Amino acid sequence: MDALITPFAANEFMRQALVAGVLVSIACAVAGTFVILRGLAFIGDALSHGVLPGIALAFLLGFPGILGAAIGAVFMIGGISLITQKSRLSSDTAIGLLFIGMLSLGVMMVSRSSSFSGDLTRILFGEILGIGSSAIFVQLAATVIVIAAAIICYRPFMLLSFDPEQAQVAGFSSRLYHNIMLFMIATTIIVSFQTVGTLLVFGLLIAPAGAAALLARRVEVMMAWAVAFGALSMYFGLLISYYFNLAAGPAIIMVAVIIFFVVFIAQNIRKGGAVDRNVPATTEGKMER
Amino acid sequence: MKSLADNTAGERSFESEGLCVLARRLNIGYDGEVIVPDVDFEVAKGQAIGLIGTNGSGKSTLLRTIVGLLPPIKGDLSVFGMPPGSNARRIAYLGQFHNSGFILPLQARDVVRMGRFPLLGLLGRAGKKDDDIVHWAMRTMGIEHLANTPLRFLSGGQQQRTYLAQVLAHQADLLVLDEPTAGLDAGGRDLYLQAIDAEIRRGASVILATHDIQEEANLCNQVMLLARRVVALGPPQEVMTPEALLETFGVVITSESGRLRVLETKHGHDGGQPAQRGKTRSGGP
Repeated sequence: MDALITPFAANEFMRQALVAGVLVSIACAVAGTFVILRGLAFIGDALSHGVLPGIALAFLLGFPGILGAAIGAVFMIGGISLITQKSRLSSDTAIGLLFIGMLSLGVMMVSRSSSFSGDLTRILFGEILGIGSSAIFVQLAATVIVIAAAIICYRPFMLLSFDPEQAQVAGFSSRLYHNIMLFMIATTIIVSFQTVGTLLVFGLLIAPAGAAALLARRVEVMMAWAVAFGALSMYFGLLISYYFNLAAGPAIIMVAVIIFFVVFIAQNIRKGGAVDRNVPATTEGKMER
Repeated sequence: MKSLADNTAGERSFESEGLCVLARRLNIGYDGEVIVPDVDFEVAKGQAIGLIGTNGSGKSTLLRTIVGLLPPIKGDLSVFGMPPGSNARRIAYLGQFHNSGFILPLQARDVVRMGRFPLLGLLGRAGKKDDDIVHWAMRTMGIEHLANTPLRFLSGGQQQRTYLAQVLAHQADLLVLDEPTAGLDAGGRDLYLQAIDAEIRRGASVILATHDIQEEANLCNQVMLLARRVVALGPPQEVMTPEALLETFGVVITSESGRLRVLETKHGHDGGQPAQRGKTRSGGP
């Protein structure tokens, strides 16, 4: 039992990492739930990589990375919105190229710096073990903002997930609330990159929420499961990193992904036994339409 | 008949005339391309209009224009005396497609509750009255026993009943329904017809797109036959003549002991001869 607690009890940096990690998990659970419900996984992926040049620029100029990430995110959201409006069919292609372009630009910029590989590793994989108190406060603020946005916009977000046209007819501008949702996701990504990095934050955004979606029958329950899975990933990821001297960010994401596949496989095994017991027998005939 | 220009005094005078929807020389379509030109009709409070036509005839386009999802291309359209899309609280809409109903962790009751969202707005508290209405709507559609069942476990017909219950829960002044009976079994259809009849008697107006030229059309005060143009508009008995129906559907209507059956072809309004003359549809209810 000690082995599970001592690393945190004895080390300030482990405690801070856990606090930061749990805060990030909460934000990721809330934002990730809507990413899954709205089918925005691809846009979430694009956003998380697209912030890289902003961070790189901030590093080069000596500004806080989080500021650069915010600028990168605003640019990406603008680009994605423009692409989605202009092209209805091939937006995936255009968004994919936009984020690869941004990723390349970011790496090019970092390659100018003297400590190229060190900076790049920090940006891509995070530095959760070196997180400071001020970063934790920023994360706390961001987590509060994300939760507040989800509570205030609960109804339009639910309608959007159900059917964007239904949201529009119900009097909630689907464009406005879609953009608010994108900013909520972006905020989560921006504050999360310091813990798990831009390359891996996507995993924390969708792995816990994805596993939760397999289990939950209500959105509130789904969020609760996602928080639990995210926090577990943080805790065990940090422990693995501590004992085996492995990079913390990837260890955390690895645990999150393993949890997802364990739930996924367990669900499929269970379904194999009894096929949809919940569907009451019906006599639904093929009616003429 | 007064023109829309005379009616600019606004919502009040519009409604004092008992009007709910008024369209004049309305052209509807997508991206500037007109699908149906020169639509003229009006729907009074407590009245129903049925849109009848094949797939692609413009029914959904008209409904989507009325609820404000599509801008009118030309002409005038006012809903409760205002431009379409500005009266969310009073309009309930049932579209034809529902995106991701199968992934969502939503119970049937959650979906029906969404019918109250336009009235509650962003932060309005849902109270006992809302719960009661939601329960009533589910009972009306015969799905109260499915309230806690996730949407993804419901059959297509049960999902359609859920969406109809959502519309009923709104208690709207105008119901806009796109093929509301799609996928319903005979029982669901009866419940739906009773519910719509009750909505009309409550004073709500209804605009619905349908293929059912029997029961559903007969609920309506007016019927509009659409085939990328307005073929006919008027009371059901007057409008639904075999000639007009033939023009609308491009198919033959067979009459079996007083019941009309429609044979639909893919492009009934492309002109030319009906392809399946004389064949009867098998396997009806």
